[in-house]
Amino acid sequence: MSGATRQQRIVAIVQRTRARPARFRDERITMAHGAGGKASQSLIEGLLLPALRNDALAALGDAGTVAVDGVRLALSTDSFVVTPIRFPGGSIGELAVNGTVNDLAVSGARPLALTLSLVLEEGLPADELRAEIDAIALAARAAGVQVIAGDTKVVERGHADRMYACTTGVGVLDPRAELSTSALRPGDRILVSGAIGEHGMAIMLARDEFSLEADIRSDTRSLWPAVDALLDAAGAGVHCMRDATRGGVASALNELARASGVAALVRESEVPVQAAVAGACELLGIDPLYVANEGKLVAFVEPSRAHAALDALRAVPGCELAADIGEVLAEPPGMVLVDTAFGGRRVMDLLAGDPLPRIC
Amino acid sequence: MCLAIPGRVVEVVDDANQLAKVDVAGVRRTVNLALLDGDPHALLGSWVLIHVGFALSQIDEREALATLALLQEMGADYEQELRELRESAVE
Amino acid sequence: MKFVEEFRDAELGRALAAEIRALARDGRTYKLMEVCGGHTHSIYRYGIDGLLPDAVELVHGPGCPVCVLPMGRVDDGIAIAREPNVIFTCFGDMLRIPGSHGSLLDAKAQGADVRMVYSPLDALAIARRNPEREVVFFAIGFETTAPSTALTLMRAKAERVANFSCMCNHVTIVPPLRALLDSPALEIDGFIGPGHVSTVVGARPFQFVPEDYSKPLVISGFEPLDVLQSIHMLLAQLADGRREVENQYARVVPWDGNPRALAVIAEVFALRPHFEWRGLGFISQSGLRLSDAYAELDAELRFSVPGIRVADPKACQCGEVLKGAIKPWECKVFGTSCTPERPIGTCMVSPEGACAAYYSYGRHAGRRDVAGGAAAAGGGVPAGGAAAAERPEVAV
Repeated sequence: MSGATRQQRIVAIVQRTRARPARFRDERITMAHGAGGKASQSLIEGLLLPALRNDALAALGDAGTVAVDGVRLALSTDSFVVTPIRFPGGSIGELAVNGTVNDLAVSGARPLALTLSLVLEEGLPADELRAEIDAIALAARAAGVQVIAGDTKVVERGHADRMYACTTGVGVLDPRAELSTSALRPGDRILVSGAIGEHGMAIMLARDEFSLEADIRSDTRSLWPAVDALLDAAGAGVHCMRDATRGGVASALNELARASGVAALVRESEVPVQAAVAGACELLGIDPLYVANEGKLVAFVEPSRAHAALDALRAVPGCELAADIGEVLAEPPGMVLVDTAFGGRRVMDLLAGDPLPRIC
Repeated sequence: MCLAIPGRVVEVVDDANQLAKVDVAGVRRTVNLALLDGDPHALLGSWVLIHVGFALSQIDEREALATLALLQEMGADYEQELRELRESAVE
Repeated sequence: MKFVEEFRDAELGRALAAEIRALARDGRTYKLMEVCGGHTHSIYRYGIDGLLPDAVELVHGPGCPVCVLPMGRVDDGIAIAREPNVIFTCFGDMLRIPGSHGSLLDAKAQGADVRMVYSPLDALAIARRNPEREVVFFAIGFETTAPSTALTLMRAKAERVANFSCMCNHVTIVPPLRALLDSPALEIDGFIGPGHVSTVVGARPFQFVPEDYSKPLVISGFEPLDVLQSIHMLLAQLADGRREVENQYARVVPWDGNPRALAVIAEVFALRPHFEWRGLGFISQSGLRLSDAYAELDAELRFSVPGIRVADPKACQCGEVLKGAIKPWECKVFGTSCTPERPIGTCMVSPEGACAAYYSYGRHAGRRDVAGGAAAAGGGVPAGGAAAAERPEVAV
């Protein structure tokens, strides 16, 4: 019996350690800090939060909210540092618009306007810049937002990977939305708005490090129509939403389970994945649940409204493959579990950094 | 060391260097076939096991089917047992 | 995906699990070791251990060629990566493995040109594209991967790619297996044998396991049905009193291996007299180096490396975990000073290591041998479905 007791004790210690705010103890920033996994978490919880200290930030939502004369506004910012800047399905300009639009949308705010900040590398061909500005204009029109202010800087060759883009957006919180990262409740259904892993794999393939050819395109698009449909169908029954960007669906679920002190249980066979994405992931030894998306959200919906919410979501163009992929449980708090397609169960933890291809 | 995946040889890319395109669920990669018997053309259409850009082995479809058949037989026996169990429980 | 999805069928999995339960009903416990890191990954990815009866325990072996690399070798690789003109190429698995002062990823953050490749041929291509740089390939893996490195080096030599070299950390499967079996602390009843190493070396080299040590070994594929079928075959052997090598993965593994692969290994590599394994100590004839004919492509000769042996920290109990003598949570530093973010030893270093896999996947996975927490997780199984809800408990 002492064996079982020690095991329980160790599991409890691990659980407690994980529940504590992450500490930032690294000596240097590595690529892992940008990947949306544990290293990113340590940066946010261990350095940024303690230094900037306020309730709005501490909620760790996709947008921060502030009230002005009774009007609730949401603000969000995002920077885009992708290489290559053009890839199947999109480009950095589109990402810059949709990324911030989506952060606002999943926070329950109708996106109104963006500011755009560009850092351009010396030597960037004008045609490439022109193409990106056009892409930004197009994406903004499609998302129903205006770019109302901006800034441009130029840095020396070698310092900006062609260009970096940063957008900040403002939106008005929709009266139908009552969202919070701590509002997940046991029994909530977990919905995903479509097939996962497309953006991250498209980028990996476009980098040509692995010489894979596949018809995989980034899924970058505005999520406001999806959010609008969800709020319409389920209103306050939608407890929380998140766009599953870097770190994929797995990271989004981990963050929210942690914020609400609940568990998320995913049914692997219900998660929609396109065949080519699944094939590329198998080849490289990567789990699609950890791969970035740029046009997908996860939503936590009260069980009585979940069916209606899913139907409404599936009617939105681009969300035809939306699915109910699992539910929220009370225990174990802060963890994500997966019921595998084979019938077993496993934990799905945050990764240390980016999902890396493996040979073992 | 262990991650290897079955793919179908769909196109010869370079005879001399024994390179061919292999397809895994619609994803294609150029793979080196030098570790296998037979020239790349003879391997067109067959299934191979791919590891770090090389084909290590040809998949024996008959053996695959035999293994599956064995498993399916076990599966059928099991379903039969389950049915009998349920039927006996009803009484 | 053909030849993959058929072997992930959940219904057939339930049937196999029932057969395994039937065989494991004699009241004793069975400890089965899967040697290969890929099998550890499959077991956790599909939650296979949760489908097994309590009587069958899986012990994770040392078959992860990345985690068993001693820190000194990682330091040597980093030293080469830090050389000013070097492009250092390696597989993704290596990037986060810590040496005594950080990993290759950390070295990259400090300015080293470290690049991940999918194939050694990609590293050679980088060398061709960058004739003024020195391109080094950090080779790892068992006999599965060695032929690919060998062919790449043969190409490099034939084409006279002067700026390409290889730091060889290939290891062989039989010596560590023998070292494990020779260990008095070992309590394993049977082995789930490495499936992809066998495509190269064949089933024959594993005969010594039943012949010299009287234990069954079943060469296994990597899909969940393969692993379960292999477990079934092992239990059947034990029940029948048979001790032999069986090939569950016959669709891929030829009994005699791949002669061409073995030939290129013999041409390009030679056995080192001994090689250090993290957690297992020095094992004779278990590591490969470049043969004399390929000395000009040997990065360890082209560059000077510290070559300092860095011992595992005293607190490390990896050796015992690797032999199945203790479980991850029984190690004194598991979960406290040794975590995936700050690993001390090999078992925590790679995601396939026993401790890392348990830490990341195994906790709360619903094992029935842990009271309390796991039961709550098991109790959370929804009505719709996991196998657990439908498993009949037939009293015989």
